[in-house]
Amino acid sequence: MFRIPFRAVARAFGAAAACLLLAQSVQAQTEPLRIGFLTVRSGALAAGGRQLEEGIQLFLKERNNIIAGRKVELIIADTGGNPAGAKNKTQELVERNHVHVIIGPLAAFEAIAIDDYIRQTKTPTVADSAAAEDLTQRKVNPWFVRSVGSSAQPNQALGEYAAKTLGYKRIAMIADDFAYGHETAAGFQRVFEDNGGKVVQKLWPPLNVADYGSYIGQLKQNVDAVYAGFAGANGLRFLKQYKEYGMKAPVLGSMTTADEGILKQMGDEALGVTTGGWYAAGIDSPDNKRFVAAVNKEYGVDPGYYTLGAYSAGVLVEAAAKAVNGKVEEKEAFMKALRNPGTVHDARGDWKIDDYGNPVMTMFIRKVERKNGKLVNTVVKAYPNTSQFWTYDPKAFLAAPVYSRDVPPAKNLEP
Amino acid sequence: MFDKPLAFWLIQSLNSLSLGGLLFLLSAGFSLIFGLMRIANLAHGAYFMLGAYVGLSVLRAGYSFGLAMLAAGLAVALLGGLIERFVLRRLAGNPLAQVLATLGIAFIIADGCLLLWTGDPQQLPSPEWLQGVFRIEGAAFPKYRVAVVAFAILLAGGLWLLLEKTRTGAMIRAGVDDMEMARGVGIPVSMLFTAVFCLGSFLVGVGGVLGGPILSVYPGLDTDMLPLALVVVILGGVGSLIGAFIGSFLIGFVYTFGQTLTPDLAYMILFLPMIIVLAIRPRGLFGRIST
Repeated sequence: MFRIPFRAVARAFGAAAACLLLAQSVQAQTEPLRIGFLTVRSGALAAGGRQLEEGIQLFLKERNNIIAGRKVELIIADTGGNPAGAKNKTQELVERNHVHVIIGPLAAFEAIAIDDYIRQTKTPTVADSAAAEDLTQRKVNPWFVRSVGSSAQPNQALGEYAAKTLGYKRIAMIADDFAYGHETAAGFQRVFEDNGGKVVQKLWPPLNVADYGSYIGQLKQNVDAVYAGFAGANGLRFLKQYKEYGMKAPVLGSMTTADEGILKQMGDEALGVTTGGWYAAGIDSPDNKRFVAAVNKEYGVDPGYYTLGAYSAGVLVEAAAKAVNGKVEEKEAFMKALRNPGTVHDARGDWKIDDYGNPVMTMFIRKVERKNGKLVNTVVKAYPNTSQFWTYDPKAFLAAPVYSRDVPPAKNLEP
Repeated sequence: MFDKPLAFWLIQSLNSLSLGGLLFLLSAGFSLIFGLMRIANLAHGAYFMLGAYVGLSVLRAGYSFGLAMLAAGLAVALLGGLIERFVLRRLAGNPLAQVLATLGIAFIIADGCLLLWTGDPQQLPSPEWLQGVFRIEGAAFPKYRVAVVAFAILLAGGLWLLLEKTRTGAMIRAGVDDMEMARGVGIPVSMLFTAVFCLGSFLVGVGGVLGGPILSVYPGLDTDMLPLALVVVILGGVGSLIGAFIGSFLIGFVYTFGQTLTPDLAYMILFLPMIIVLAIRPRGLFGRIST
């Protein structure tokens, strides 16, 4: 019989375990930082999806694919632009690819579809495009933060600009009949009317309406301007037909009505269109000029809503990853850093994140002009440090129902 | 509701006509194919979009609008002919499989367009001499839309002559009415199928170019247009040219005035007349065969 040298065995095991642990921790530090990127490559949202991808790719290229000392592995997933696809791809990214952070998704209804899941799995998520108000208002998700503003945020600033600077008194509104269109129009209406203006008409063409002719024919002629709240191809279609019908009233609009992504396809009908936005390719700063030049060099186009959104999501992830010294595995700390990054800096300037996960930033009033033969959003006024609540008290703002077709109620409509 | 100025009624009537004209360009081919071959060609919206994109490329290359229409029509006709010969023909006698095949083809075309023409929405310029407006009663109406209505009416006339006054037309009508009998009396039904599929595809390709300046071209145009074609053809009656014609303009008026006078019903107004007609007259207003 021989005795098993328990002590020696225990020591050996102990040493092996220690080695293993050490190896693991070394590996954790050398493992790449995995970013799951939700985009759309087919269907009506594909153009926006491509610009999102361009934004993040440019960011990573400029950083040599290294963030906070860690190599980045970007895993791109195509949601197909629908809620079910967004949910599936998010699950895949989290459970199969074990991503540390998700950037995306593109559409608000996709963001709503993954809301519960990212909460359950505690997945840090940076929205680079979805602007639905309640995502950072009445339905705040602790695992969600935005690099873009809320739908109404720039339109509230535009409302004041229209009433105070332009001195408009009467405005007719026409906007896409879905949540984003409702929210952009409502934010504009609220601040415009609080500053003494009157919204005398509201039209809601269905999102996929074949023809705007019948709506343009209804627009009131005795107004100072028309507010056009459109997304995707609809801004392009509406503005073209607006001009074809010989309409003369100036056009105001939401950020996406004259986004750089579709501006390149427009003609003279876009000239003079004035919109609110948290970004404009025409921002006159050295940082933005460098950014616009880089995007033009890489992709041959001006950056707009989506390019900036995805690029900035990268900037935000980097700021937070640096704050936790690259230890993105510690989810709580990493998420806390994403929600409290301090001052973030990108092409639009400096911005912060408010208590609800939405940026506080400069709102630009942009006017489409032709420069060197190219249509550009030039900045005509800036409203610095603008929050999603405009100048209203957040508590009172949140106590009211979310912006919609009929909120705030329009009291000045004329038959 | 009825206290609107005269200009309102005039402009909206013109809008109704122009939408009707557009719908006829879209649905004439659909009706022809459906009537003769009993195939609801679900790729029809995709053909329309493809036509618009081909037209756009031809225009960008510096050629005229007329040439863009012709090129788009021929390109889509060629594609339609190939699909009829090599896909639908193999599934003959199995209408469900044929319809599913056309749906698959629609997806393939849509993805192909995305690949070739990117996802950016694009504008198809109207011919220069048709830019500008007519002024009526202080209101303005784009010239191009009037031209679309005129073209739709001319096309309807041409198709009527083809179907009613030519030998080919008689063969097509015979095929629609009774396929077996037509085959029995020696009409080359197989050839006819391919010819009609090409013709229907040609028409919708041309329609895509003509619709482009009004609708713009963008991914999703296909799925926006397909339901409109279905509604028109179901309302007007399958296989009937006059049905497609009347149905188009009827829908044009109902849709335009429905949307403007009762905006809250904007979503159902398109389908309401279709449901009523189907309930009362299941084969549609002028249908030769029941759907």
